[in-house]
Amino acid sequence: MKHIGRIYMGIIFALMYLPLLVMVVFSFNESNSTAKFTGFSLYWYEEMLNDTAAMEALKNTLVLAACTTVIATLLGTVAAVGIYNMRHKWLRTGVLSVTNIPMMNPEIVMGVSLMLLFAFVGRMMGAVESLGFGTMLISHVTFCLPYVVLNVLPKLNQTDPHLAEAAQDLGSTPVQAFFKVVLPSISSGIVSGALMAFTLSIDDFVISHYTSGGYTTLPLLIYNMTKKRVTPEMYAVCTCIFMSVLILLLVMNISQIRQSANKNKK
Amino acid sequence: MTDKAKRISANKRKGKSVGAALLNIPYMVWAMIFIIVPMFIVAFYAFTDADGAFTLENFKQLGEYRDNIADSFIYAFIATVITLLLAYPFAYFVTKCKESTQKIIMMLVMVPLWMNLLILTYSIMNIIEANGIINNFLQMLGLERLQMINTPGAVILGMIYNYFPYMVLPLVSVMSKIDNSLLEAASDLGSNAVSRFVRVILPLSVPGIVSGVTMVFVPSVSTFYISQKLGGSSVNMIGDIIESLINKVATRHVGAMLALVLMVIILVCIMLMNRFSDDDEGGMIV
Repeated sequence: MKHIGRIYMGIIFALMYLPLLVMVVFSFNESNSTAKFTGFSLYWYEEMLNDTAAMEALKNTLVLAACTTVIATLLGTVAAVGIYNMRHKWLRTGVLSVTNIPMMNPEIVMGVSLMLLFAFVGRMMGAVESLGFGTMLISHVTFCLPYVVLNVLPKLNQTDPHLAEAAQDLGSTPVQAFFKVVLPSISSGIVSGALMAFTLSIDDFVISHYTSGGYTTLPLLIYNMTKKRVTPEMYAVCTCIFMSVLILLLVMNISQIRQSANKNKK
Repeated sequence: MTDKAKRISANKRKGKSVGAALLNIPYMVWAMIFIIVPMFIVAFYAFTDADGAFTLENFKQLGEYRDNIADSFIYAFIATVITLLLAYPFAYFVTKCKESTQKIIMMLVMVPLWMNLLILTYSIMNIIEANGIINNFLQMLGLERLQMINTPGAVILGMIYNYFPYMVLPLVSVMSKIDNSLLEAASDLGSNAVSRFVRVILPLSVPGIVSGVTMVFVPSVSTFYISQKLGGSSVNMIGDIIESLINKVATRHVGAMLALVLMVIILVCIMLMNRFSDDDEGGMIV
């Protein structure tokens, strides 16, 4: 049984990573084909570094993701604290249902609905071009918010409410009690919510596609390039992203495993 | 507690809940403007013509797209079923591994999620297209080339590839919570491997199945990129239609109508699905 399991998982992983392998291999291709490997070269990596459009898109993607993460994390954490303290059950259920909508709704519907909103408001205000960085930021914050709220809320439910009350009995104001007692105990939820917001924002294509106007992020650049034939340069860009993600995750996991191993020793 | 103390505590609670309500205002305003209002605007566009007058004309065109809608649901359904069949044993084997191995496996499952869907799809296209890697390989062996791209099968393959991790994650998280003593109890009471699976493991993993199926089905049915790249002109899903209609001002209202229809069908599906698994936290959907 154990062997069957290993073999099965091996086959699935091999199939799963095949397209990624193709991407990595062909990023080193000498010619501009993405289907026939002619020889090893670093030509496309050089090309990538010299491509101002790609570098600009990378910068745009990171700026947008950083802004989105800050706003979504702040707004989402405050919202989670608010929802947690709500006494009316129906109100709580209502707010949580609305929170679920962006996660349940197909991305294309979210994108279209936001685009129509911006077009509608833009037309009312008489603006010719209503889309741009601002609208994209709003859209990204909107679809990242639920993930922050739903990461922080369970942590709040786990904290002991008496701790904050005890802090207040010992003379701290409610605000102090929040920052000194509640916030440290929910920080892991806030961090994982922020991380999720950051990655979702970097990766998003569909909603950006409808709300971007002229602001080009990496997924939008890739989309425009895949309308024609893609050169291995795009593969080189993606290989770099893939490698940084892989290394980051490996480091995080190994340090986690080490930590738990140390704990067990003690 | 004395009556007085109770009253003070109740007053504190009240004060707290007023403060909490204030904390919620920014989020509620945001959700109102950017989640609720846009949905109404889609509905508004769907029920009006270019001059803003009320009309049902858009919905009369729904019949034209009946086949595309049906195809979308059939392809997404097939992709979801295959993904579930592949992911279920996978998740089961994962939970049988050591904890440290489990962590690494789950990390490897997540990595493709960080890759852009576009580039993953494009890479699949490179593998299966007419002059692609498989066909080049077949030709090298002196075999005949296969027509794989621009078929519904290719689109379904793309969906499975892109959304497989979304099925594995909830399945593993549910299955790893199944108490081993339950299985031991079942075998003590005389059940064999098959009935242990059917009567213990399967029922307990239903919540994971439900959320996995939702997370695969919804993006599959509404995709437009996968069908564009892997289906070519032979596959036109509802996402493709919305995408082509919404970008032109003249057909924008019909596109909005289709988006509204898609949204309603999916939200109804999710509501029905959630009947199968009762979730205590998280509120209801819709």
